[in-house]
Amino acid sequence: MAGEGVKLFGMWASPYVLRVIWALKLKGIEYEYIEEDLSNKSPLLLQYNSVYKKVPVLVYGQKPVAESLVIIEFIDEMWKHNPILPEDPYERAMARFWAKFVEEKFIPAIFGTFSKLGEEQEKFMEEAKKNLRILEEGLQGKKFFGGETIGFVDVVGGWIAYWVPVIEEIIGIKIVEEESLPLINKWFKDILDFNIVKESLPPRDKLVALQKVYREMLLGSSA
Amino acid sequence: MGELKLLGASLSPFTCRVEWALKFKGIEYEFIYEDVTNKSPLLLNSNPVHKKIPVLLHNGKPIAESLIILEYIEETWKTDPLLPQDPYEKAMARFWAKFIDEKCSDGVRTAFFSLGEEREKAIAVVLETLKILNEEIKGKKFFEGETIGFVDVVAGLLAHWLPVFDEVAEMNLLIEERFPSFHAWSENIISIPFIKENIPPRDKMVVAFSGFRKKLLAAATNK
Repeated sequence: MAGEGVKLFGMWASPYVLRVIWALKLKGIEYEYIEEDLSNKSPLLLQYNSVYKKVPVLVYGQKPVAESLVIIEFIDEMWKHNPILPEDPYERAMARFWAKFVEEKFIPAIFGTFSKLGEEQEKFMEEAKKNLRILEEGLQGKKFFGGETIGFVDVVGGWIAYWVPVIEEIIGIKIVEEESLPLINKWFKDILDFNIVKESLPPRDKLVALQKVYREMLLGSSA
Repeated sequence: MGELKLLGASLSPFTCRVEWALKFKGIEYEFIYEDVTNKSPLLLNSNPVHKKIPVLLHNGKPIAESLIILEYIEETWKTDPLLPQDPYEKAMARFWAKFIDEKCSDGVRTAFFSLGEEREKAIAVVLETLKILNEEIKGKKFFEGETIGFVDVVAGLLAHWLPVFDEVAEMNLLIEERFPSFHAWSENIISIPFIKENIPPRDKMVVAFSGFRKKLLAAATNK
């Protein structure tokens, strides 16, 4: 399906960009992908996202949209087939609630397990596990947050299924144990098995290498 | 359209913003005052994840988080829309709403409730965001043009709370010479009846926030 000149400015290792790629793929929208070097951002990116100067930015026609959650909702409203958000206003509110929870609670916690050491790291670890237990309640025994197929919360949070094992490998500590988080563990497997997810994940060894360098930088700067 | 209750607190800008949306659309609701120092079982059951106000209860079903509540109101009561109909314009409105909450009002709260270096850093962030908002509102009566809309309702808290914080904590943020367009917008917005009639009285706010500030300063000197 042609998307009248849809461009996506992204970076291969960004989970925020990956969310948007999944949304575009769910709708079968063709787009031109532009890889950004974040250490040397293009003038176009800086122009399209002058407020944050970040990826992802979706450009439709000549009009830019920034912020991954805003972009996903835009995609869902421009292309109405294969809806990402549910129809019912209350269900939509619940989906937005869990997406916000991932952003505001889980991301800082998981970042803390990665960027801190010792007691501080332990605190963030407990926080991350607690957040995943809460997120499990949102799943309510369904296969995906969207039901039988992936929906808004899966698109927004699904990257966790790929990134958490990478983080666990690098920090040498298990965060998602099957016994304590069985539903999340299963959700991880189902997400990674979903067709559009499988075909668009960044290469693992490359990601691990990059995250290792990033972690060294983070730990070094907080010394 | 069913039974509607709003759990809120009198000095809460996020509660206010929900009330503005309901009043704008002429929706009837019952306001339930919450003492946030002694949270009711109803609040704790309705928002077990965050335990915060505001919470909207529609036919007993709870919706939490003010921006999510606003979107729910928009989607359930379609008359007098606050959001634009065009998907791109809607995305822009959402972008600015997110910016206001994540960068500006968060920064304002941090600046007010902190001291020393933390306060200085937060003030710098707020000034940067006000500069951006000033640019965005230039030449326009409201953020979306000639008529009041979603972003105005979301940003409205800045118009009323900032001057109080400026006075109580000497923050010098909403200075007319610095941000003339934003200052003009803020004077205009709080004169609009459905907003003017639904904000906590300024003198009450000054008393309450002076109290908070005194406690903060006392705790710091007692360390």
